[in-house]
Amino acid sequence: MNRVGHNFEILVVGAGPAGIAAACAAAESGKHVGVVDTASTPGGQIWLCAQTTKHDRQASAWLRRFERCGGKLISRATVVAQLRPRELLVETNEGALELGWQKLVLATGARELFLPFPGWTLPNVLGAGGLQAQIKLGFPISGKRVVVAGSGPLLLDVADSLRQSGAEVCCIAEQASLWQVMNFASHLLSHPGKLWQSLQILTRLVGVPYHTSCWPLRAEGLERVEAVSLTDGRKSWTEPCDYIACGFGLVPNIELPLLFGCALNGDVVQVNDQQETSLPDVFCAGEPTGVGGVDCALVEGEIAGLTAAGRAVEATRLFGKRRRWHDFRRSLSTAFRLREELKTIAASDTVVCRCEDVSFGRLRQFSSWREAKLQTRCGMGPCQGRICGVATRTLFGWGVESVRPPILPSRIETLVAADMKPRAESVQ
Amino acid sequence: MADRVTLTINNRRIDVPAGTVVSVAIARAGITRLRRSVTGEPRGTLCGMGICFECRVTINGRTQVRSCQTICQPGMEVRTDE
Repeated sequence: MNRVGHNFEILVVGAGPAGIAAACAAAESGKHVGVVDTASTPGGQIWLCAQTTKHDRQASAWLRRFERCGGKLISRATVVAQLRPRELLVETNEGALELGWQKLVLATGARELFLPFPGWTLPNVLGAGGLQAQIKLGFPISGKRVVVAGSGPLLLDVADSLRQSGAEVCCIAEQASLWQVMNFASHLLSHPGKLWQSLQILTRLVGVPYHTSCWPLRAEGLERVEAVSLTDGRKSWTEPCDYIACGFGLVPNIELPLLFGCALNGDVVQVNDQQETSLPDVFCAGEPTGVGGVDCALVEGEIAGLTAAGRAVEATRLFGKRRRWHDFRRSLSTAFRLREELKTIAASDTVVCRCEDVSFGRLRQFSSWREAKLQTRCGMGPCQGRICGVATRTLFGWGVESVRPPILPSRIETLVAADMKPRAESVQ
Repeated sequence: MADRVTLTINNRRIDVPAGTVVSVAIARAGITRLRRSVTGEPRGTLCGMGICFECRVTINGRTQVRSCQTICQPGMEVRTDE
């Protein structure tokens, strides 16, 4: 299999809002910029299909700017390992790539947080953002009954997408209390754009029951979900449904920063004012530094891109804007903090690790992620703990541990192509 | 590029708009179970964004391919439940 080398002055990993903003800022400064992304089109999960639908003006504007900025997009490409210092191994359908960089911007985004409850492994129980993504891609949802459950403002957005696609949203079950949600809403007053957006969504959702302090207890069904039991802590009831769209918030994708050895600050990547990580010439922007949403990601990306391109002074002009979005980020994490009861909904026989079918009852016997992995294979399947690692962190408080290459299942050809010969010749 | 693509899912021909991802084509074919877990439980798409690996199917003889990350191609042969 071919192995091709490219060298970039600035390499960005992730073509979501943070990566796009970083790439635009750096490429418009005249730098040779590359952007690696797993998807076939730029935009990340949040701007999935924005290029074709053009409903989202902010997305369209940034995607247009990105197209013109001169940065080279390497799509459908997954970073699997660091070959040598300043060189990444990337897997594509066409073969392995070796990408060299002088400055690196990690903009790896976030994924959904899934918490195990009885029946959550049944077909047609999807992530809230997961189902939304599938709908954008043409998933047949019209006429189907969907219960939206979990936590965070994403639930409203997902319910909106579902309704617009002709689904019947039975209800939205938000685990946060009404007081917490109202408190979050009051913070929106200082972000008029977000407030307006939310009001529009709420108007479209008139008639859909929005239950606060409400969470799923169990999904029922044999070959697929047929109903879900919900509770508000006092009473429980059953909602018949065809789908459950369930997500308990977002989790930063920090596996790649961890692989490089970037220092963490709690569960997120530690960065300074310039968005630099603890490693020289490695920047991080967007959700991996703390889940703050698209606007937060954009401004952090711009700061990272400008600084990486040697325009640190101009980057400082964006600090005020970033501070405002960091306030928003804080209100988001306070309002939608997960309630303790969610740690008790899994039953003994509820599968926690879906790749290896390891139950809650088995995992409960261990005191650490490492011990559980060694004894049960939890987290050792294809997803490499992306789903169960976060679940066990929430359920048992198990910590983040080291990440080893390849960080995702890779083809043997890719690893063979990456033999440790001297540097690949540059083809740029 | 043609507007529509024909592929087979479990030997059944299905016609989808060009650019459709395989997981969506499978749902359009009315199939909800994409695979069986290591202990035999039915499973379908979870994360929809290539992270959870629950949507693995066999495509053109290659096993364990994430259907949510693969775009339908003319003549593609998809098998679920393997």
